[in-house]
Amino acid sequence: MKQTRREFIKNNAIAATAAAAGITIPGVTIAAEGDDGIRWDKAACRYCGTGCSVLMGVKDGKVVASQGDPDAPVNRGLNCIKGYFLPKILYGKDRLTQPLLRKTNGKYDKNGQFEAVSWDEAFKTMAEKWIEARKKGPKGIGMFGSGQWTVWEGYAAQKLLKAGFRSNSLEPNARHCMASAVGAFMRGFGIDEPMGCYDDLEHADAFVLWGANMAEMHPILWSRLTDTRLTKKGCEVHVMSTYTHRSFELSDNDIIFEPQTDLAIANYIANYIIQNKAYNQDFLDKNVNFTKTPTDIGYGLRPTDPREKAAKNAGKGKLSKISFEEYAKSVEPYTLEYTAKLSKVPAKNLERLAKVYADPNKKVSSYWTMGMNQHTRGVWVNGLVYNIHLLMGKISEPGNSPFSLTGQPSACGTAREVGTFTHRLPADLVVKKDAHCKFAEKTWKIPAGTIPRANGKTDDKDQTDISGKPMGKTLIHAVAMHRALNDGKMNTFWVMCNNNLQAAANFNDESYPGWRNPDNFITVSDPYPTVSAMGADLVLPTAMWIEKEGAYGNAERRTQFWREQVAAPGDAKSDLWQVMEFSKYVKTDDVWDAALLDANPDFKGKTLYEVLYANGQVDKFPAEQVTDDRGNKYDNHESSHFGFYAQKGLFEEYRLFNSAEGIPKKGHEMAEFGAYHKARGIRWPVVDGKETLWRFREGYDPHVAKGEGVKFYGKPDGKANIITAPYEPAAEPPDDEYPLWLCTGRVLEHWHSGSMTMRVPELRRAVPDALCYMHPKDAKKLRLRDGAKVKVVSRRGEIETRVDTRGRNKPPQGLVYVPWFDASRLINKVTLDQTDPLSKETDYKKCAVKVVKA
Amino acid sequence: MSEATENKPTNAARTMSRRQFLADTARTACGVGLLGLGIGVYSDRAGALPANALRPPGAKPEEDFLAACTRCGLCVRDCPYDMLHLGKMGDDVPLGTPYFFAREAGCEMCEDIPCVPVCPTGALDHDLTNINDSRMGLAVVSDEETCIAFLGLRCEVCFNICPIRGEAITLDKKHNERTGKHSLFIPTVHSEACTGCGKCEEACILDEAAIRVLPNHLVQGKLQAHYRKGWEEKAKAGEALVTPDTEHRYNLPEGMRYEHAGEGLIMDDADASKSDAINILNRGFGD
Repeated sequence: MKQTRREFIKNNAIAATAAAAGITIPGVTIAAEGDDGIRWDKAACRYCGTGCSVLMGVKDGKVVASQGDPDAPVNRGLNCIKGYFLPKILYGKDRLTQPLLRKTNGKYDKNGQFEAVSWDEAFKTMAEKWIEARKKGPKGIGMFGSGQWTVWEGYAAQKLLKAGFRSNSLEPNARHCMASAVGAFMRGFGIDEPMGCYDDLEHADAFVLWGANMAEMHPILWSRLTDTRLTKKGCEVHVMSTYTHRSFELSDNDIIFEPQTDLAIANYIANYIIQNKAYNQDFLDKNVNFTKTPTDIGYGLRPTDPREKAAKNAGKGKLSKISFEEYAKSVEPYTLEYTAKLSKVPAKNLERLAKVYADPNKKVSSYWTMGMNQHTRGVWVNGLVYNIHLLMGKISEPGNSPFSLTGQPSACGTAREVGTFTHRLPADLVVKKDAHCKFAEKTWKIPAGTIPRANGKTDDKDQTDISGKPMGKTLIHAVAMHRALNDGKMNTFWVMCNNNLQAAANFNDESYPGWRNPDNFITVSDPYPTVSAMGADLVLPTAMWIEKEGAYGNAERRTQFWREQVAAPGDAKSDLWQVMEFSKYVKTDDVWDAALLDANPDFKGKTLYEVLYANGQVDKFPAEQVTDDRGNKYDNHESSHFGFYAQKGLFEEYRLFNSAEGIPKKGHEMAEFGAYHKARGIRWPVVDGKETLWRFREGYDPHVAKGEGVKFYGKPDGKANIITAPYEPAAEPPDDEYPLWLCTGRVLEHWHSGSMTMRVPELRRAVPDALCYMHPKDAKKLRLRDGAKVKVVSRRGEIETRVDTRGRNKPPQGLVYVPWFDASRLINKVTLDQTDPLSKETDYKKCAVKVVKA
Repeated sequence: MSEATENKPTNAARTMSRRQFLADTARTACGVGLLGLGIGVYSDRAGALPANALRPPGAKPEEDFLAACTRCGLCVRDCPYDMLHLGKMGDDVPLGTPYFFAREAGCEMCEDIPCVPVCPTGALDHDLTNINDSRMGLAVVSDEETCIAFLGLRCEVCFNICPIRGEAITLDKKHNERTGKHSLFIPTVHSEACTGCGKCEEACILDEAAIRVLPNHLVQGKLQAHYRKGWEEKAKAGEALVTPDTEHRYNLPEGMRYEHAGEGLIMDDADASKSDAINILNRGFGD
């Protein structure tokens, strides 16, 4: 197995690089300035969660020009360097234009070569495999979607899996990205997503970065933060990280901490606030409960791992109430001396940070992304930062904001709001609650008991599966999916709108053997031949971004729509088309149990398409000519294929979850479909046509009544939770054999796995390779010169790259940093598939490696 | 700057293998022997290097360099990145001499500078042991109108790729008047650190680079010798060059201070920033 795998990667990764290196952009003839006949229309940028708006210029069916949208409140006409090159991502030479199936002698063969097939053959083959795999149980199949799906694509997939296939095996790549943030929002506030918005960037007096390199990863937000630092008197910036990066260029207080000790630092700040009696007693009395969470919870590794066996409370997270005094006592050990020693941060820097939070006259905004989310204690550490803000009452008002940034354009809009996680339903509903499932079933007009409950029981009775056996437990998260594929328990897997074979940790021992397991049938939908496509058995060519009508939701709850601007090349189809069209190939009788069908005979013999989409609701709006207010006409390939305005139908049905009367959870209200095509995004909750900037505070939030002041209405008693949690060590700290920490991450010029930006020649020239950033003293010790070829080796695998001792990232001694955009150097062969046991999000920031001369 | 594009080496020269290249050069060298004086005249005429051609690290000033360089090609052979070329017949570069064009491929600034010690004559200065001390040229942001950083876009590719990080190119942060809420990150080159390696020009994402690396004498201004920067002189001396100013005292209302060398008038009221006229007016009747 090892040999084959190595060969695969060697051959295919090199092929990937070669293909991309030779790219030309034949489709784009960039329009000359002042060229007329260009049709301009707005879209949300394809990349990060910032949600810049762009104007795309189309002529003769091609995108020929682009500009930052000067009327967009987020970016006011600006772009980062990735956004500058947006038109080029559509026109890579190696766009996939037809379905490809591995075949030998004209028949599907796991070890065959890819051959072009029709969509019909592709879906017939796939349906056969999926129906067979579903017989094993709800976890026999799996779909891995994306925070880059448009809102309705996520919604359609949600229906396909949970209501159609009766399976909760649906996960988004946001699991690798945002799940810890979600976990903390739900535990702390009972409702997902930030209470503040980007306007905090102009209103704060101090900014604290807790594990975000905003300078590179949220470039336009960083330029707003920088402007405030430059123009506002007394404004200061505190930057925390495990290595020095570009955000430190603006820092007034550099805090480089030992990995994992952010837990201790947050508790020290809370302790400082309590010891100095700086907390806001009135706010605490009215708005906060104190709780604690079980400790020693393991690292989300396989249960056979000794670290899991040793954990007393592996995976546990049930909160129990405590008093303020008990809370104060729990943070008491985190003194300045203890924390400084543990974190290796000078005491004066820690104290300066604590004082900023404790100063009642300073408005503080805290920002974080992957540094805190990709963390084996991610939910804890998110919560510890909320604790600080809640102690001071510095929350839910302009400038006082704990703010979890997102990495994907619709991690919020699609993955979280639509709920494309195994445990979720739209608008914060969850499959562990029978009542929520019943509401979803009623809304979707499907029989009660169709959606599998988390525990496989409805009204305390077992749900029956197609096999006639009880459904059993139905939840399965992203990392567990790869393990199930590896173990042969899950046999079909559909990866859409992401590059999970490159992105998932522990490639050698888990993801790759899972994908190439002979029992399994892997489908990948992508515009380009990514590493994932190479690992697949069926590759579906996909229409991307503005080749379809779409909607994204950014990190500040802003929902943005765009129209289809250009047609996709060849036979490429949108994810929405693929999900809906595939559902025509599966019947209820194939995947629903006989008892359910007998009780609901109207559903017998129906295709999933008829049940889910031709349900009188989704197909309510007839296909129409899409136009803008200037009379320009736009195609909509999904409408013309299905015969109804699919995007509108899906969105309006989705609104029954978040905006209708009598919904289980208020606070996610959205405007009607047409409103978004007119606006540069609208921030929810949208009530009476008005958007909401700051949540939970009277005057700003329509759900807080007059006289209530602050109300965290996601919780039944309107109070937020302060949740105490201690410092616990990382899963795999460095030792004698593997003496260095490895931290992985991104660069400004490339987005995520590079499948789009590495096809833009200028961006590729700017940053062609992932380097191993290292402290010069560590390099010297290993007798490595800058630029020397090295191997980065862990217990699981190795990659070859070059050492960089003078580049943009400056790790302290004992830590190296490697970006993961580079398909030819898969750093996830090295990383460990450890997760936060609560959020199930992978920690890509901490494992032990050695670096040796190559 | 249109010459710059025209002066790009031909594709053939770029794709030629190093061995073939050196063989050609050897042949050319024989030709030099045969043609003698004639070619000598040609070489002299071609002595004016194109403005955008740069010499390897440690190269002596151009006139001395041409006198010392034996056209042996060893520096080109030992460059591990294949970014150095030898001037060929018909090139604008003097025959057989090493050069590179930044836009095509800049110097990777190897720590051990392999091209220098192999130079048999010292045309490349053997005293150069720290690559950061080399001066192949000087980067200059040549076009503020097209450089997208000046528009407020977040590019900074030149800054990010610069091997003398944060010293040769810095980003000067300025308020963006147009958007009112973003910052500009303006690349600024510092001659005391820039080696002229050319990586910034190579990586510039524009169709034609807005940052160019040129020989220092074509780029650099020179201050008159009489004028000193007062703040630098003071810093160097560690104190004022003349008697320190006396302590100033002011007539001020309650709650006001005045910092002579610092901010000027300071209102001690912590909330003062919110109580000035504009803020009061802008607050409206909402509060």
